[in-house]
Amino acid sequence: MNIIPGDGMRKCYFDYVATNPLHPEVLNTMMPYFKEEFGNPLSIYEPGQRAKKAIEEAREQVASMINARPSTIIFTSSGAEANSFALKGMAIAKQNQGNHVIVSRVEHHSILSSARFLEKSGFVVTYLPVDKYGFVDPEAVKDSITKETIVISIIHASSEIGTIEPIKEIAIVAQERNITMHTDAVATTGNIPIDVKDLGVDLLSMAAHQFYGPKGAGALYVKRGVRIVPLICGGIQEGGRRAGTENVPAIVGMGKAAEIAKSGMSRRIEHCKKLRDKIIEGVLKIPNVHLTGHHGNRLPHHASFVVEFIEGEAMLLMLSMKGIYSASGSACTSKALKSSPVLLSIGIPTALAQGSIVFSLGMSNTEEEVDYFLEEFPRIINRLREMSPFMKKKEGGSKCYTGG
Amino acid sequence: MYSEKVNDHFMNPRNVGEILGADGIGIEGNLACGDVMQISIQVENDKIVDAKFKTFGCGAAIAVSSMITEMVKGKTPADALKISKEDVVQELGGLPPQKMHCSNLGANALRKAVEDYRKKGKVYIA
Repeated sequence: MNIIPGDGMRKCYFDYVATNPLHPEVLNTMMPYFKEEFGNPLSIYEPGQRAKKAIEEAREQVASMINARPSTIIFTSSGAEANSFALKGMAIAKQNQGNHVIVSRVEHHSILSSARFLEKSGFVVTYLPVDKYGFVDPEAVKDSITKETIVISIIHASSEIGTIEPIKEIAIVAQERNITMHTDAVATTGNIPIDVKDLGVDLLSMAAHQFYGPKGAGALYVKRGVRIVPLICGGIQEGGRRAGTENVPAIVGMGKAAEIAKSGMSRRIEHCKKLRDKIIEGVLKIPNVHLTGHHGNRLPHHASFVVEFIEGEAMLLMLSMKGIYSASGSACTSKALKSSPVLLSIGIPTALAQGSIVFSLGMSNTEEEVDYFLEEFPRIINRLREMSPFMKKKEGGSKCYTGG
Repeated sequence: MYSEKVNDHFMNPRNVGEILGADGIGIEGNLACGDVMQISIQVENDKIVDAKFKTFGCGAAIAVSSMITEMVKGKTPADALKISKEDVVQELGGLPPQKMHCSNLGANALRKAVEDYRKKGKVYIA
């Protein structure tokens, strides 16, 4: 289904980890809160109270999606805010008990940058290595714990390689030692079933635009009884834990999106998995292309690869000229011009990391789109390989050029 | 993101390949940054009569390679050395700021190709 307006050419949106389109029902639910229902939820008169009621209903919907109590949900502006809030807020709240924080090397920038901020403020941070699939080993978590350890934060699934981490096992390790456990579940919430009680985490970050909700809405689950220091100071919104007048339309939209995600989850997973497996099977038929992340234990809507001898941005551009939209972790596509730390951490050499490409799927995608893509992609790879000075190295017997 | 000219040279690159028995070959680049460029030239009677490229890199790197191989044809090796990075960018109608350094390797690769040609001493021009 074509969700991208344009010139009539076929458009395949394969970048759902970047963002999702808004579900039409979500938009309908949000509309009154852009217009007549503009009241401030803190106001005691009727329009204010209606807005208050709307965000409390959204809180229930979001809580229900992850099997939590409504009072444990703090709305934020984004997944990045939820992550920054979780790591900084927990470390500061527990600074009298210790100064050691554990994260993995496959975290999102919002966790890694917050960790570096904490390091500059006097905390000690361990960046746990991962194996070739991107898995964090719960035993390694156990071994890195010291008397000073106060917080562990491990991503639920990386949107770059799709691998789903053994959060439950890691949370058990944390629980046994009374260490606070956070997981960045931005890529997983709304896409795979999440039960915070089953996962055993104390904190969990999410973002609405990863499950057909609006941008500008995220949330942090904070288990009852866990103390956290606010990131944003001011008024008494969100139980005094996150100040600022609430983004009512976005919060209402997030609630509706959560409700739809919960009821439609198995159908969504089935739809995406079928297309994902078709992409993985088709792309791996091309010589010298490798899957990144784990084959089975990965996000249902996520297929990621590294392609030898060519560069990611060039692939993205050629695909986009064919109306196919995807993502890459190559240095050229990043503003910092550095290869993705996630790819390097799973042992992919710098040169090969340049050939990274990620396809992520959603409900708009069809089998015909995948067929079209599987026809175009090998041609694009061939065209770029014809231009590549490294293709001849292969004939010399080397499997992959990994210099640099 | 890119100018129309860059897109054109990226989608329809000119002079892709390697000249067999080239008179000069220059390679420039860094894989950590993501771009490596190889330019080969053929020189006859003190004129560059052919230039080809092979490039591992992003859209900008490929467009730069394509453009500089077009610009250099018909020039003397001495004049080829005068082509600057800025000249290539200008011909391409500009490049995004973050692409000015890493991807703009054409002038350096060409300089190395001319130096290689001079070292080989097919026809030495001072």
